Amino acid sequence: MIYREAGQYKTSYAADMAVFPLRQDRIGIAVIIALAYSMAYFGTDFLLQAVLIPFLIFALAAIGLNLMVGYAGLLSLGTGGFMGVGAYACYKLMTAFPDVNVIVWVLMSGFFSAGIGVFFGLPSLRIKGFYLAVATLAAQFFLQWSFNRIPWLVNYNISGAIEAPLRTLFGTAIVGPTASANARYLVVLTLVIFLTWIASNIVHGRIGRQWMAIRDMDIAAELMGIKLLQAKLLSFAVSSYFCGVAGAMLVFFWLGGAEYNVFNINQSFLILFMVIIGGLGSLIGSFFGAALIFMMPIGLGIVLPAIFEPLGIRVGAETIEHLRFMILGALIIFFLIVEPHGLARLWQIAKQKLRVWPFPY
Amino acid sequence: MSFRNLTIGAVAAAVVAASSAVTPAAAQEGIYVPLLTYRTGAFAGSGIPIADGMHDYLRMLNERDGGIGGVKLIIEECETGYDTTRGVECYESVRAKNPVVVNPYSTGITLQLIPRASVDQIPVLSMAYGLSAAADGEVFPWVFNPPVTYWDGASVFIKHVAEVEGGMENLEGKTIGLLHLDAPYGREPIPVLEALAVEHGFDLKLYPVAAQDMQNQGSVWLNVRRDRPDWIYLQGWGAMNPTAVREAVRNNFPIDRLVGVWWAGGDEDARAGGEQAAGYKSLNFHGAGADYKVIEDIITHVHDKGLSQFPRDRVGDNLYNRGIYNSMLVAEAIRTAQEVTGNKVVTGPDVRRGLESLNITEERLAELGMEGFAAPVEVTCKDHSGHHNVYVAQWDGTKWTRLTDWTSPMTEYVRPLIQEAAASYAAANPGWPTRSEVCDSE
Repeated sequence: MIYREAGQYKTSYAADMAVFPLRQDRIGIAVIIALAYSMAYFGTDFLLQAVLIPFLIFALAAIGLNLMVGYAGLLSLGTGGFMGVGAYACYKLMTAFPDVNVIVWVLMSGFFSAGIGVFFGLPSLRIKGFYLAVATLAAQFFLQWSFNRIPWLVNYNISGAIEAPLRTLFGTAIVGPTASANARYLVVLTLVIFLTWIASNIVHGRIGRQWMAIRDMDIAAELMGIKLLQAKLLSFAVSSYFCGVAGAMLVFFWLGGAEYNVFNINQSFLILFMVIIGGLGSLIGSFFGAALIFMMPIGLGIVLPAIFEPLGIRVGAETIEHLRFMILGALIIFFLIVEPHGLARLWQIAKQKLRVWPFPY
Repeated sequence: MSFRNLTIGAVAAAVVAASSAVTPAAAQEGIYVPLLTYRTGAFAGSGIPIADGMHDYLRMLNERDGGIGGVKLIIEECETGYDTTRGVECYESVRAKNPVVVNPYSTGITLQLIPRASVDQIPVLSMAYGLSAAADGEVFPWVFNPPVTYWDGASVFIKHVAEVEGGMENLEGKTIGLLHLDAPYGREPIPVLEALAVEHGFDLKLYPVAAQDMQNQGSVWLNVRRDRPDWIYLQGWGAMNPTAVREAVRNNFPIDRLVGVWWAGGDEDARAGGEQAAGYKSLNFHGAGADYKVIEDIITHVHDKGLSQFPRDRVGDNLYNRGIYNSMLVAEAIRTAQEVTGNKVVTGPDVRRGLESLNITEERLAELGMEGFAAPVEVTCKDHSGHHNVYVAQWDGTKWTRLTDWTSPMTEYVRPLIQEAAASYAAANPGWPTRSEVCDSE
């Protein structure tokens, strides 16, 4: 009734190809963005620092991996490593050129990650599927080893960790211990919206269509004139760029410092789960996946004691931890059975149903 | 279909609603002491006794004395799983409730919290772990690592070697190995051992063990057999320690020449080697076993009332006692803070002053029922560690026994290294605040 396109005419090709063809969708997105920005003023420190900032950063990493796994059909387990390249590159650049604005370096650090990604993506022309996953696994282990064993990367810091030095934007601290959660949240939100917009344009344009053609059948794509090597390497580069930027943001806008094992294989799996649960080949799905995998455990940690304590059952911190694992695992299986194409597909079905509501035919 | 959608909707709504309602239900009168512990994950074997020890001592104070200075302690655990990310999340969730001190119980989490301590005005107590350089109170006014640092530990190990070998001059030409976790924690003792190797002419061999190979040390021990070191210092944690002891037994390495840092001194670590592990040594800074008055009190006031999760027959485990020692430092810091500031319900900045004025004498230890359990501890504004004495404990096959007397670390080596490292930390972080906090102990 409210959500339908009756009366909205597309009078140009541009209108027909728009990412959000429905006026209601455009209004919805604007409202969501406005709400997200308003959280910077209404959100508590805990909500911003422990929930929203990491959620946005993980969503960006999931978008990066989704470009490769979901759009180009190349399975990768090296996400953690590529995120680490971004973080360490950003750290080296920040400390070597302290006068350049940190946001420039965060965005630049992705290019280093892209270069490494292309290098490890070279075998992708010859191998596919699980074999490629194993090749990227090698990247993951090699990169993690490098972060641990090459002291130059951490500026010979005796603790072996990278730490966020104080950096400002328009006179406000945005990186470093004195940066407020609100300032960091605003920067992260703006960067994530900007990069999501870029990613959306890439996947809706020529490059994205090439990737999807390769994903669906690479021989057919080649016969249609798509150069496989370039297109696949480009997907590695773009995907690693997004992951690298997410890694740099993870360290400098969220954690404030990191050891090498922040970027371990578990991180890679976590992002891959977000992509699979959220929905392969969907940008909104990346956000859903990040929300489910990252925010659900935090939510459970708050909900479970709230449920049990009025009943007089004292639950310890470790019981909650075990319950979190069990419930999250059960939910993942539940969602995969209900909708194997991920949360993004559920979202689509919901929208479709809403269009014909209240008179389904 | 509609039921399915309803279920999905209900679950999603419940989670969203609850996550938005994060306002903590605290606001109870008392001193809030959060404990960041880990009872799950790969390190739970070491984490559980420590968590229970910390909890039980504070709980005993609540039950026996009604808290500290008449103010109840609000004890809350947050599960970190020894994971840095989860630890930071825990820190965020406890920060809103005005904690007076934070015990991160992980070097990784400590490193994350060091820059934030001064901003959030919450002191960090990393008892004998974390960043060694934090012992410099001029640079790190909010971080404390009493009673010793890893660098002190390594120097005591060398002293012990010299004692057994018959003097420092006999170290010449010896080979000493460092079997360490290949992570910042494991690499901590390297600078001190390297400096001492040059000074005394022994050969230092490094045997790094990657975290994923903790339980698979076969290749490392092949190198040990090739090099035949005279002594090995073990700087490991979690599953790495029992594996190392077992491998030493299997490779016929003389077990009394394997010396672990205090974190390699768990009962389970030594027990893994079986009967032949008798003779394994470890550094320690508190007593093992249950024959102390303080532990009797814990049994009466906590275990007998069913308030502890720890199995009664394991009370006195080395790591359980370490948790008690940690909590004793916390409690004494709060008590000192009450004396120094005159406030009953102390805050984070008050406890920071309390920690800087901490002076636990022999008499005070006797009052606490800890006679012979621990050595006196003194912390000053300049020196946040104190570089206190440690002793070498030996596993007799069933329990830890005291082998040597309290031994002082080579502070003359360690202190300049600490000041140098602290200065370079501050230099690497432009905008590091210069100390402006008050100092009560001078």
